[in-house]
Amino acid sequence: MVATEETFYSVIRRQGITRRSFHKFCSLTAASLGLSPLAASRIANALETKPRVPVIWLHGLECTCCSESFIRSAHPLMKDVVLSMISLDYDDTIMAAAGRQAEAILEEIRTNYKGEYVLAVEGNPPLNESGMFCMQDGKPFVEKLKLMAEDAKAIIAWGTCASWGCVQAAKPNPTQATPIDKVITNKPIIKVPGCPPIAEVMTAVVTFITTFGKLPELDRLGRPKMFYSQRIHDKCYRRSHFDAGQFVEDWDDDSARKGYCLYKMGCKGPTTYNACSTVRWNEGVSFPIQSGHGCLGCSEDGFWDEGSFYDRLTTIKELGIEMNADQIGMAAAEVVGATVAAHAAVTAVKRFMGKRTGVAQDN
Amino acid sequence: MLDKSPHVLTAAVGAHGARIDPSGERDTVYVYDVPLRLWHWINAAAILVLGLTGYFIGSGTPTALGEASGSFLFGYIRFAHLSAGYVLTVGFLLRIYLALIGTLHAKQIFYVPLWRKSYWADLLYEFRWYAFLEAKPKKYVGHNPLAQVAMFSMFTQTITFMVVTGFALYAQGAGNDSWQYQFFSWVFSIWPNTQDVHTWHHLGLWVIVSFTLVHIYAVIREDVITRQSIVFSMISGKREFRG
Repeated sequence: MVATEETFYSVIRRQGITRRSFHKFCSLTAASLGLSPLAASRIANALETKPRVPVIWLHGLECTCCSESFIRSAHPLMKDVVLSMISLDYDDTIMAAAGRQAEAILEEIRTNYKGEYVLAVEGNPPLNESGMFCMQDGKPFVEKLKLMAEDAKAIIAWGTCASWGCVQAAKPNPTQATPIDKVITNKPIIKVPGCPPIAEVMTAVVTFITTFGKLPELDRLGRPKMFYSQRIHDKCYRRSHFDAGQFVEDWDDDSARKGYCLYKMGCKGPTTYNACSTVRWNEGVSFPIQSGHGCLGCSEDGFWDEGSFYDRLTTIKELGIEMNADQIGMAAAEVVGATVAAHAAVTAVKRFMGKRTGVAQDN
Repeated sequence: MLDKSPHVLTAAVGAHGARIDPSGERDTVYVYDVPLRLWHWINAAAILVLGLTGYFIGSGTPTALGEASGSFLFGYIRFAHLSAGYVLTVGFLLRIYLALIGTLHAKQIFYVPLWRKSYWADLLYEFRWYAFLEAKPKKYVGHNPLAQVAMFSMFTQTITFMVVTGFALYAQGAGNDSWQYQFFSWVFSIWPNTQDVHTWHHLGLWVIVSFTLVHIYAVIREDVITRQSIVFSMISGKREFRG
């Protein structure tokens, strides 16, 4: 399928994109990556001269929401450009080829682009029962993943599934769905969590890798710093209400109509690292908090197991009981308080009795 | 640090060389020197502020009226919490320094001498005393064995935990380039979802509350029952054994 090496630019022009639109795209990409204006020309230069980096897009246990998000990217705008740009050679969900023809591409890329292609993984492999819970081409997905990861340059873990495990890994995790970095340990892995990740974040990450030939700077949990170094809370437009102490107490109260902070309604903005409050969704139209609903923390590890989406204090799952820190703490403090009171009472009684009988309790 | 004979001081006060009152009825030992006493009360004040503001931060305040620009209630609560956190941390670091240079009394809350056989015997005795099984309490210049284990497990470890998780949470706001993040972000490797760090930090508050209850009760009780000054010792520095 990929016989001759072609540059991004030649593909783009063949698709009927004008040079003007091409440069617009480069500028927008540079801007969305937070790079200097000069980077736009570097991106253009790279796309014009560098051979396209093949991207293999695998699907494990997932819901395809990452793909759905990806194809709605607004900046870079044209999905055709993006899909052509990254030379998406394999994506079983949206590719034209099927069956043996499709699977043959994997082998072809693996041999022709050894150590050069980027492996993008949407979803994760279930490890229980030797991986039987996700079969592709008659084989467990985990085998396909390991095989393709062997010769990949880098791996992109799309979404919360691939990054953390997401809903299929929520307790009790019957299929033992496992995030990519727990299965593949010898390759650079870039986590792009979110359920789904923001479209522009996805395309920007891909563009960065294919353009510069390296991974963007990652934080200690493996997420690109440029999109995941701040919390929703840090850039939330309702932050002033948080600082003022103005909170929504009920979904239909006056504070809710005034657009106050959703902290007390269990908004996970203060603990969620993502770019929603800056990049927003659907071409920058809105994001959950702007629509009046708290953040669910969908880009965080194990967010399904963190108790209710609507509680500020969530249950402590490690203790195996449906109680939050206040309930456990207050119960403990009450027990301690009652013990202290009882102990004091016994002490007083003993002392009183001791005095009555004339025996010196103490020396 | 008047008394430089720590090995003597750890033993129960019996016939050893505590300063004997001429009357023969009262022994007085200087236990807690000025920096240690100062630390105790500053630390207590910081914990009070941290506990109250921390509870509000965890649960939210009643909604302030008016424009957001006219109020900074939650901001001030957080400011008080963070400032008190710094005071507590600096105090705790100084306290560690005091432990390093000070007497055995200053070191007591940082370890439990589980390797010492006499410690176990004394601990058992102390348990029996609190279970009303012993008629007479033993007297100690510093903490009794039970108090020492309580101090170490409930106070020292919890405060360490609170300082570490507290600064990790602080790093969330300060950002990835802050020194707080440099030093404390390893916490996020244990709990990748920072909601968990919030939750455990919040639970730590209740451990401290429970500790405070026990601490204050035990201190007053010992003072009254065992006829040795405990409460006043943290003010004057002297432990007085009333006859």
